[in-house]
Amino acid sequence: MKIKLFYFARLKETLKYSTEDLELPDESFTILKLKALLAKRGDVWGQMLMGKLKVRAAINHELVDDKAVINDGDEVAFFPPVTGG
Amino acid sequence: MTVSVQTEDFDVGLEINQLRQARKDIGAVVSFVGLVRDLNDGDDVTQLTLEHYPGMTEKSLSAIIDQAKARWNIIDALIVHRVGTLQPSDQIVLVVVTSAHRGDAFSACEFMMDYLKTEAPFWKKEANSKGEHWVEAKSADDLARDRWAKRK
Repeated sequence: MKIKLFYFARLKETLKYSTEDLELPDESFTILKLKALLAKRGDVWGQMLMGKLKVRAAINHELVDDKAVINDGDEVAFFPPVTGG
Repeated sequence: MTVSVQTEDFDVGLEINQLRQARKDIGAVVSFVGLVRDLNDGDDVTQLTLEHYPGMTEKSLSAIIDQAKARWNIIDALIVHRVGTLQPSDQIVLVVVTSAHRGDAFSACEFMMDYLKTEAPFWKKEANSKGEHWVEAKSADDLARDRWAKRK
């Protein structure tokens, strides 16, 4: 399946990616599984997605937790806890 | 209901007038304006840059207004949030709520700000004499939001 990924704030800056299209194996993929897969890209990816820093995720613009399931065509985003207002 | 994410400044008086003009059963208007401070955690702040997630931000702000409408007897509400680069004393955010009586508008306005601070996808980057850094989320803001779950 194909998904569109977005990164924001500290993640965007550190990973040097703002968006990418990703092809995933056709099997059940949760947010946690996707984070683990991306973490394999190297140190900074592991630190940003599976490290001590809190990461929040959204699927199709809705905040979700690690157990949320990703479907074909979804827009997935990773970002730090929000600090607006 | 209006939601706006913009780089330009806003005029509080104009926004309030537009919201209250349409109806004559409004008895209370409550507004909150958030400003850039020149001091944070003991450091001088020279500049603040706000990033957001276009698309999700607008949906998230609309959902916050919907939740407030479902919970209190309010007539209308609006949120304006600025993004981009701001200077100390600049306006960042405006929340306006109208209702028949003040109680609903006061509560709804505070609720909306507490949810905006913890749910809407905005991120602040601060600049001071030492350089730039991302502002960390505060657990006090999560606590402020969570107390609404306990209140009825």
